[in-house]
Amino acid sequence: MSAPQGSYYLPSPSPWPLIMSAGLFALALGGALALNHLDAGPWLMLAGAAIIIYMMIRWFGQVIGESEGGVYNPQVDASFRMGMTWFIFSEVMFFAAFFGALFYVRQLAVPNLGADDILWPGYDAAWPTSGPKGPQFTPMGPLGIPLWNTIILLISGLTVTWAHWGLLKGNRGQLIVGLLLTVVLGSTFVALQAYEYIHAYTELDLTLKAGVYGATFYMLTGFHGFHVTMGTIMLMVILGRSIRGHFRPDHHFAFEAVAWYWHFVDVVWLGLFIFVYWL
Amino acid sequence: MASAHHDEHPTGLKRWLFTTNHKDIGTLYLLFSLLMLFVGGAMALVVRAELFQPGLQIVDPHFFNQMTTMHALVMIFGAVMPGFVGFANWQLPMMIGAPDMALPRMNNWSFWILPFAFTLLLSGLFLPGGGPAGGWTLYAPLSTKGGMSMDFTILAIHMLGISSVLGAINIIVTVLNMRAPGMTLMKMPLFVWTWLITAFLLIAAMPVLAGAVTMLLTDRHFGTHFFDAAGGGDPVMFQHIFWFFGHPEVYIMILPAFGIASQIIPTFARKPLFGYESMVYATASIAFLSFIVWAHHMFTVGMPAGGELFFMYATMLIAVPTGVKVFNWVATMWRGSMTFETPMLYAIAFVFLFTIGGLSGLMLAIVPADFQYQDTYFVVAHFHYVLFSGAVMAMMGGAFYWLPKWTGHMYNETLGKWHFWLTAIFFNVTFFPQHFLGLAGMPRRIPDYALQFTEFNQISSIGAFGLGLSQLLFVYIIVQTIRGGKKATDKVWEGAEGLEWTLSSPPPYHSFVVAPTIK
Amino acid sequence: MSNCFKSIAGPAIASGAGLATGIFLMLFSSVAAAAYEYNLPPPATSIAREIMGLHNAIFFICVVIFVLVFGAMFYSIFAHRKSRGYKAAKFHESTTVEIVWTAIPFFILVGMAIPSTATLLRMEDTKTTADLVVKITGHQWKWQYEYLDQDINFFSALSTPSDQIENKAAKGEHYLLEVDKPLVIPIGKKVRFLITANDVIHSWWVPAFGVKKDAIPGFINESWTRVDAEGTYRGQCAELCGKDHGFMPVVVKAVSEDDFAKWVSEQKSQMVASAADSGKTWGKDELMTRGGKAYSANCQACHGAEGKGLPNMFPPMAGSAVAAGPVDAHIKAVLHGFKTGKFAAPMPAFAAQLSDTDVAAIVTYERNAFGNTAGDVIQPSQVKALR
Ligand code: HEA
Ligand code: HEA
Ligand code: HEC
Ligand code: CUA
Ligand SMILES: [Cu+2]
Repeated sequence: MSAPQGSYYLPSPSPWPLIMSAGLFALALGGALALNHLDAGPWLMLAGAAIIIYMMIRWFGQVIGESEGGVYNPQVDASFRMGMTWFIFSEVMFFAAFFGALFYVRQLAVPNLGADDILWPGYDAAWPTSGPKGPQFTPMGPLGIPLWNTIILLISGLTVTWAHWGLLKGNRGQLIVGLLLTVVLGSTFVALQAYEYIHAYTELDLTLKAGVYGATFYMLTGFHGFHVTMGTIMLMVILGRSIRGHFRPDHHFAFEAVAWYWHFVDVVWLGLFIFVYWL
Repeated sequence: MASAHHDEHPTGLKRWLFTTNHKDIGTLYLLFSLLMLFVGGAMALVVRAELFQPGLQIVDPHFFNQMTTMHALVMIFGAVMPGFVGFANWQLPMMIGAPDMALPRMNNWSFWILPFAFTLLLSGLFLPGGGPAGGWTLYAPLSTKGGMSMDFTILAIHMLGISSVLGAINIIVTVLNMRAPGMTLMKMPLFVWTWLITAFLLIAAMPVLAGAVTMLLTDRHFGTHFFDAAGGGDPVMFQHIFWFFGHPEVYIMILPAFGIASQIIPTFARKPLFGYESMVYATASIAFLSFIVWAHHMFTVGMPAGGELFFMYATMLIAVPTGVKVFNWVATMWRGSMTFETPMLYAIAFVFLFTIGGLSGLMLAIVPADFQYQDTYFVVAHFHYVLFSGAVMAMMGGAFYWLPKWTGHMYNETLGKWHFWLTAIFFNVTFFPQHFLGLAGMPRRIPDYALQFTEFNQISSIGAFGLGLSQLLFVYIIVQTIRGGKKATDKVWEGAEGLEWTLSSPPPYHSFVVAPTIK
Repeated sequence: MSNCFKSIAGPAIASGAGLATGIFLMLFSSVAAAAYEYNLPPPATSIAREIMGLHNAIFFICVVIFVLVFGAMFYSIFAHRKSRGYKAAKFHESTTVEIVWTAIPFFILVGMAIPSTATLLRMEDTKTTADLVVKITGHQWKWQYEYLDQDINFFSALSTPSDQIENKAAKGEHYLLEVDKPLVIPIGKKVRFLITANDVIHSWWVPAFGVKKDAIPGFINESWTRVDAEGTYRGQCAELCGKDHGFMPVVVKAVSEDDFAKWVSEQKSQMVASAADSGKTWGKDELMTRGGKAYSANCQACHGAEGKGLPNMFPPMAGSAVAAGPVDAHIKAVLHGFKTGKFAAPMPAFAAQLSDTDVAAIVTYERNAFGNTAGDVIQPSQVKALR
């Protein structure tokens, strides 16, 4: 706020936003068509995704170039930080909707169904349940993979922090090793999660269609898994940039943004572990 | 340093497609909003034409429902929300002494998502089975049974959500990080304050809507049972999640209007805003309360009495901070030295008519009475008073207020006054009788009605067409002002206060390249 | 107009509210002919009367607040204008005033909340024993009424002829508010409603009773009423439930206890008669006539009067492959419903709402009307075998 105004970097006109919107449009339109079994759908989605990925590479590439080129003053840096913070807050609210759904069905919907002897006589409303007409399944317990995954994510939270210390001290080796470890841990998490899904589908009959339990289970863990995947990719980018010598102890917004994101993913997982697997 | 060479910007189409300038983007938003007002308005006119007489005359019931649904989606997500973001883009940097918005490229992205999202949404109308027809509230399970346009709608809402959240992030960051030295939070113009709080509401509410429609999508296509009792889900859960978004959403649409009124009234009363601090706190209280009142839209779904009482009390409480605002506006006028140019007329009408809508809202909040009002035209009357004479008329006032600053030309005052009176009168002719229709028992969202409702429906339909035609005058005045007219001074209005009036009319491409000093 | 305001909130408030409405009307409405309804319909239960009292009271308070606030504003607009040479004062805050106008509204609200809470708690008292229990199920687009203890079960659908809706015939007095078979309840008795739905959310609403409750598929909502006087009370579905949401009225006939008992025994004997129906063998003409009627009552909403359907929403009956194919498949389609996914909605199951004779008649009709020429005649016994 106190920086001289004239030095706030104002980017020149850019084609990326428009093209990005077009990519998003193709992805959404393709998605809608694909859901309705129209042949063009998947292709359009693919095209949309390709445009988006290409655009992100170019757009972020430009931002990285500008950042390393030194055009961003501390005030710009502060804008980015605030932006990232509020973006993470919006993600928190997205997850809140699904957690809210979980609490609602457990505390209200399912007990109400159980108390109803006219429409659903004999329905025993004990969680976990797939509802009065749902299929049989075995729920996913907290021990085993979920517990391991909790430990993995918690450790990975420590390793990014350790990497951050390395960056602050100017110890590039520690930075790179720390990030590498985090990427490995993140990938392990995703792999284990995938294994858990296969196990659930093939052996527990726990599918997306297994009533509200299946729905909340897969939507919550699935969106979380998607976020871990994105986070891991972001970590890889940061790792690559660190290897190339990007970032300075006093100028490394991208690193911090990714680290925050990673901690956010971590915290969401704790919520999942407690409310989806454990209680 | 950087700004110097950015003054040469592309011209022609590229200027608008690639722009990173807050004024250009603001203009795009405002024009888009105007276009959508007409698209949504045209749909409302289809609705009103069908309702002119009992019996089915013009459209079949299925198409009627599509029109009602699309009308609301287009008005809310296309006309009102982008309209206010347009005002924010133009005004915030100028009001806080900044060169531009904090994140200019993202700003452009927020806008350009909109035309694509609306292409997706509106194309639903041309699909086999027609557009979405389950009401803008998309209640499950009606919407899980809808045709393929429902998927288009859901994905369009996702895109709109991205746009709104990005836009809101940009606004918060701009306000918190780009203020000129000395512009403390409590010196910010009220419009900036209301937008800061609105942006917070947007970031908190839009992702929840995204979650709700995602669940709809998976219920439709991937076999989940969020809203299906057979699988342990609950259709009412959709309503809870939707309204957790939906109620903050209605304040998203009114808080910036409060902000605009709070700029206009002091200017023409030639007297500072009364109770600035209490205005800020009232806005914040409204925002806070907006998250704990959602179930007042669901009094008839069969909640336990305790829940109904809680939501009734919380809802009623909102009248207190809103009342503070209304009283403050009146107190600002009190012993001022008032003149009544078009913006002031709009601001006064805003306060007057919004209060009618607010008071009918309060009546709706009384649970036993709401059992009679719910899903009748009484509700329709309520929300058009707060949305049209609230949000839309505030924007019209704001447009007349700042148009001279933006274009450098004065608008035609006589025509402006004509537009005001036509709009205000026809608005009331359209929507006042709807209160009576609702009380007498006419449900909303019906294409045909029993005979005792005929007269008021006819009055309402005549009013609607008058209201629609009057808006052509609005467009004419805007075009005329852009193209020429009396040169506007920098200050434009005698009583105007604030940084934007220290800039030239029209302002330079980058608003404050050198930070102004604030006393 | 004054009879609209028979309120329990005391004659003072009632006439005050009447006066206030009057002022509003003079301001905003050009005509005040007797045909216009400005307020809630006349209540027929004590709850509805309480609601009306509440409504009138809060409306009155709102009008007073409104008049005071805008009286001040318009005085200011008149007096404090530049054209009259008024010089602007400089004040811009006053803590005292602000506290006062925060506190006063708060207390007004408390005053409104107290009677509202009391009324609400009385409305929600579904637990005390009821004299009669009726289960109400919303279907697209008709109501089903089941008298749980009396073993009576029937459907109630709009009876306004489509000619009136399509403006080919003059509209009757109860246009859109009439049904083939109304709900019948005794007066002076506590009738408990168990409300649910079969497909999407509907809402069962009778304004004169002050009862409106959403009918939610898979869940049961409770409500109750005790009607004062005999009469026919009309309402409508109050939750958007698809295409014909505007065409599913609620009609309730409140009758004396004796008449109610008579009605119940009539229903019983009718049920016996219709059971006998399905035993006999029917001729084609009989079935076609009955089928045509039953078709327009049950199927026309979706498949259209001329059997043309609605593109991509509902398949046509004219030229339908099912109506030309094997009879059993056709009967099963009607009895049990199905979904191919080619259309947005499923074909609903009619087994619960149509008798064997009706299904036989409808299927016969569909196979031989709309230009279809399957030629066969279906007997109730064939339907019974496929249930
Ligand atoms: C801009 C949009 C906007 C705004 C600002 C409001 C403001 C309010 N609304 Fe409204 N509302 C809608 C948009 C809005 N609403 C929409 C779109 C719907 C329908 C959605 C749908 O179903 O499609 C709706 C529906 C709706 C319902 C549900 C009705 C139903 O379906 O049964 C209710 C119920 O409580 C309600 C209440 C309120 C209240 C109490 C306020 C309060 O904020 C009003 C506060 C203001 C005042 C009270 C006036 C000023 C105050 C004074 C002068 C002080 C003194 C006053 C007193 C002490 C009384 N609204
Ligand atoms: C900001 C929001 C907003 C605005 C501005 C409006 C504006 C209007 N609305 Fe809307 N309305 C809603 C939000 C809004 N509405 C919502 C949320 C619903 C609920 C939907 C639901 O139930 O799901 C609703 C529902 C609704 C209904 C109830 C429908 C039903 O229940 O079936 C009606 C009926 O009269 C109506 C009428 C109107 C009219 C006459 C206007 C007028 O103000 C419009 C004036 C007209 C214009 C400004 C356009 C002028 C156009 C022309 C002159 C034609 C030009 C031709 C071309 C386009 C080439 N609206
Ligand atoms: C709520 C709407 C609705 C009502 C009411 C309705 N139908 Fe249908 N009907 C459908 C839909 C939708 C389909 C298509 C289902 C599919 O193909 O998935 C259908 C399909 C059919 C078919 C098969 C048509 C074909 O060629 O595939 C027959 C026969 C039929 N209905 C008969 C009836 C009869 C008889 C009635 C009345 C007793 C009736 N329908 C009432 C919606 C309805
Ligand atoms: Cu049933 Cu609306
Ligand atoms: Cu609300």
